[in-house]
Amino acid sequence: MMTSKYIAGGLGLLLGLGLVDGKAEAQNGDVERGETAAGTCVACHQADGSGMNVPGGESWPRLAGLDAGYIAKQLHDFKADRRHNASMQPFANMLDDQQIADVAAYYSEMPVTAAQGGGDADEALLARGEQLALRGDWDEYIVSCKSCHGPRNEGAGDTFPGIASQHAGYIKSQLHAWQAGERDNDPQNLMGAIAKRMGDDDIRAVSAWLANQSVAPEQGESQ
Amino acid sequence: MTAHKIPLALASAALTAGMSLATLAEPMPSTVATLVELGYPAPQEGELVHIPPTMADLEKADLHPETKEVIRRGYDLFTNTQQLRGENVFNEMNCSSCHLGEGRQPFSAPIWPAAVTLPSYRGKNDHVNNLEERIAGCFAYSMNGVPPEYGSDDMLALSAYHQWLAKGAPMYPDQPIYGRGFPAPERPEKLSYQRGEELYQAQCAICHSEDGSGLYQDGEYVFPAPWGDGSNNWGAGIVRTETAAGFIKNNMPLGQPLSLSDQQAWDIAYYMTRQERPQDPRYTGDVEETLEKFGPTFHKNSSYGQVREHDSHVLGDHANWGEKGDEVTPWNVGQSRFEDLKEK
Repeated sequence: MMTSKYIAGGLGLLLGLGLVDGKAEAQNGDVERGETAAGTCVACHQADGSGMNVPGGESWPRLAGLDAGYIAKQLHDFKADRRHNASMQPFANMLDDQQIADVAAYYSEMPVTAAQGGGDADEALLARGEQLALRGDWDEYIVSCKSCHGPRNEGAGDTFPGIASQHAGYIKSQLHAWQAGERDNDPQNLMGAIAKRMGDDDIRAVSAWLANQSVAPEQGESQ
Repeated sequence: MTAHKIPLALASAALTAGMSLATLAEPMPSTVATLVELGYPAPQEGELVHIPPTMADLEKADLHPETKEVIRRGYDLFTNTQQLRGENVFNEMNCSSCHLGEGRQPFSAPIWPAAVTLPSYRGKNDHVNNLEERIAGCFAYSMNGVPPEYGSDDMLALSAYHQWLAKGAPMYPDQPIYGRGFPAPERPEKLSYQRGEELYQAQCAICHSEDGSGLYQDGEYVFPAPWGDGSNNWGAGIVRTETAAGFIKNNMPLGQPLSLSDQQAWDIAYYMTRQERPQDPRYTGDVEETLEKFGPTFHKNSSYGQVREHDSHVLGDHANWGEKGDEVTPWNVGQSRFEDLKEK
């Protein structure tokens, strides 16, 4: 795969890398086919893609409005066991590459739904959450969420998912998974390095604050 | 906030923000202990360690409410300089694109030293500069733009933010400053454009994009452009390979400082600083002549005017001013000071 050496534009090299982490396959999804293929997803992720915050259990993430490339990469990663989740793996295994692209396109087109799990956070916790999300805490070398996830934490490109208006329970479990080394399918350990510097209170704070953010509906097509 | 497991007996004691210590007779502040744990050097005996206050500290500070408002405005301009786009800023950068941690972060060219070491002589323009002139330099080069006027609201607000971060630090300190600038690792014997390119594409492009254009999404800044029209021009400090290497080594990839080897940091810097960007505002119309004039004080450390190996391109040999075009010129460039003193 990585036989390409020095290429003036560097594009050949990039392409090679993209295939290694299963990213370059996330293309040409069809929304209508995706709706059919997503038949097995709705039990947890719901018909509107809103997922569900499950206190004390495994929360199901909102997929509605996430970037198609990001969703596709995660599905490929579940299949290849680069991302480990006992609930998701069997379902991901049922999808072929085309179905993954279709399902990803289907959910990416849905409007972002409201998130749960941030309702009972007190003012101080939310203030800490806002700080971490928007400014970070450089004294602990925790960079802000928005420095990668975009100005309003609504996602950046196909690599950094939207996390504003995501369920608190899901964000919390993912950050803990990164801390414990149970999730490591982020490029270059960009999330893992930060998660490992966060305390339990930081994780609670940022999860609650992000869940409390609403995402304005997009004007026109997101593409 | 988080309790840190730092194997330093010193770490638990805190230094109040906005205070400085000149020697290590006092305990190491916890923020410095965090840096040491990440692999940054510990302060040397006799170095000035200053922990700048935060914006949260500002709320509690005993300052007039209007003073606080102006400092907040300075912070806002510093972290969202794009609000001056088309007026003072003609690229896709914020001040905080390079000065990480809102200008407070050691080894990321923290900005408070400017407030306590200026006015002083700068070789770059061969005269004594004050804080406003120093900030104006960033606008002309790093922001590829035009500075706000001296004494203007925006300039005053930016100066106030610098001085707020310097709160408690001694003026004209005799000691060297801990974490000042972008200290570069030792330059390796050989630098490789090819290795730099491979490393850049593998480790940097995911944010900064394979063509160096960064990411501007839905009209908003996300990731800064390391080269090209959206980046700093040829007169900015970070076009010097050493400065770029110091920035990269100490700060990149974001969240993983010091993770690249010295050779890797220098190779990426070499690759990055041998890409095109808007023309140096000191350009005379001829790259050779510009190099002759500003080589000794500046471009001796950059790739400006050099021939790129693989495509024989002469770097900086163009009249592309980026988004500001050739109509807009920074008024501060080439301005002389204290001519009367020089005559004596």
